Amino acid sequence: MRCSTRAWARRETAGGAAVRRRLGGVWRRPGGRIGLVLLSAVAAAVLLGPLVLPDPLAQPDILGGANLPPSAAHPFGTDPLSRDVLARVVAGGRVSLLVAGLAVLLASTLGTLVGLVAGYAGGRVDAVLMRLVDGVLALPRIFVVLLLLAAWERVPLAALVLVIGATGWLAPSRLVRAEVLRLRSADFVRAAEALGCGPGRVIFRHLLPNVLGPLVVATTLAVGDVILLEAGLSFLGLGIQPPTPSWGGMILEAKDVMVTAPWSSLFPGLAVMLTVVAANLLGDALQHDDAQA
Amino acid sequence: MGRWLAGRVLQALLTLAIATAAIFWLMRAAPGDPLARLAGERQVSAEEVAALRARYGLDRPVSAQFAAFLEGAVRGDLGVSISHHRPVGDLIAERLPASLLLGGTVLLVNFTVGLLLGMRQALRRGRAADTALGMLSLAGYAMPSFWVGLLLAWLVGVEWRLLPAAGMRDPLLPLDAGALERARDVAAHLVLPALTLVIVSIAAPMRHQRAALLEALAQPFVRTARAKGLAARTVVWRHAWRPALFPILTLFGLWLPLFVTGSVFVESVFAWPGIGALAAEAVSARDYPLLMGTALLAAVGVVTGTLVADVAYALLDPRVGET
Repeated sequence: MRCSTRAWARRETAGGAAVRRRLGGVWRRPGGRIGLVLLSAVAAAVLLGPLVLPDPLAQPDILGGANLPPSAAHPFGTDPLSRDVLARVVAGGRVSLLVAGLAVLLASTLGTLVGLVAGYAGGRVDAVLMRLVDGVLALPRIFVVLLLLAAWERVPLAALVLVIGATGWLAPSRLVRAEVLRLRSADFVRAAEALGCGPGRVIFRHLLPNVLGPLVVATTLAVGDVILLEAGLSFLGLGIQPPTPSWGGMILEAKDVMVTAPWSSLFPGLAVMLTVVAANLLGDALQHDDAQA
Repeated sequence: MGRWLAGRVLQALLTLAIATAAIFWLMRAAPGDPLARLAGERQVSAEEVAALRARYGLDRPVSAQFAAFLEGAVRGDLGVSISHHRPVGDLIAERLPASLLLGGTVLLVNFTVGLLLGMRQALRRGRAADTALGMLSLAGYAMPSFWVGLLLAWLVGVEWRLLPAAGMRDPLLPLDAGALERARDVAAHLVLPALTLVIVSIAAPMRHQRAALLEALAQPFVRTARAKGLAARTVVWRHAWRPALFPILTLFGLWLPLFVTGSVFVESVFAWPGIGALAAEAVSARDYPLLMGTALLAAVGVVTGTLVADVAYALLDPRVGET
């Protein structure tokens, strides 16, 4: 018999109304409001900025135009190669946010799948998967990432996304597993099973929508962590490769002129800080909202 | 308790074995091989590469390589560094004291100052002091550590000339300098890297302590203690503080690895001769044995940290060991 639970498997997470309610809850908290405004400002800047700013790769005048202090023509000054620092911060943000977004999406998807399977299957599958997670978690993420990325002379962008994504699924998998363990004996899951729903349907139609709340919080917070990680990797020369601008890479390129031209490393660092603060404020507000719902 | 402890130690060893396998597998899975790169850079003949492969055991089957790696790791033999041409174990032993000093200082500050600040936040919940401390610690967390390090080195080290901005010892210190003078020299070099790490990491102990104390203060026994008319100070320190310590213990266990690995980024910026800087050097030289050695050391740190936290937890809360 085909299981049919559609009539009462109504979830609060589905639909535009829930998203609006959720955003409303975040907006009512001062931290959430600041986070949303900051993040929207960063998004608008990296999306629209390149339309009006100079070419971030152009080196107009290496001899006379390098390391100029901030002015009307160059609001953030110029770097050692006479490139406009503002244009590079904006272009670097585009790349950094793209890498962070894709990597976090990959990590959350992988983690959710493992967590759902481990939590729902239980028993031996769960034990093996969680031992594996423990073992890999015992390696600090930075060392795993370094071991993997050191293989390339120039790290391709796709490899960076894959490596950061593939090393970030452990924490979400634990979170999802814990949620599934909590929900596994809930009435709506029991009922679905009693009506003959297979494991696939129970997992994706009934369990998945109910773990999305905490997962969204963890994902938002992870974006901040990944931006910091990517900046660090680019600073070590293992992240986004020059001449493509990135926040960490700009700091690396400008560190030798820190004393004479501090602006070329000051502004990319501030951009990282602003974005990570915004992601954390938003994540915290979502979490409080989640706890109250 | 004895059986529980034995089981817990066994579990830690199993985790460590999985982590070791993961390190080995990661190195194998990574595309390319270190000697191919070597051959590409210099004029090395095919015979020389073959000889090197034999010397580093890369010509044997993967299972044999893993067995050799595991056997060596248990004996403390981590292979030979490709860039330093010296045993990895010796290099790690040389660099460990610097990381212990830096990591220990940071842990000490974070788990004294950080906890006190978190307690203050909890007791002033929702007021200006709470919000300000929360925002400050978040701003610190959100800054890239290497950037904070560069800024401090520039401002305090170069512009104001207050403290040394690189290294661990002053090479110009006279050879006959006394122990006190040497200690003072190292301490001066320690300030900036330690301060950098504290700035970017103190948020975690503060937040945990704040949340734990708020939860403890809401418990019935705290209300009882208050109702008995005990002073606020007594209630906090004698009643609420102990249960609030438990989440902090777990956090401390999670942080213990910092003690041995230091920080890859901050140690590199300040040329602090610790394990983190060693790992960064290994990366730029593509020195796999050295990188694997530091990763293994980090894994030992993590597993030990978790075990220490669990045991401390059990000692403080007798319910844990009983089941």
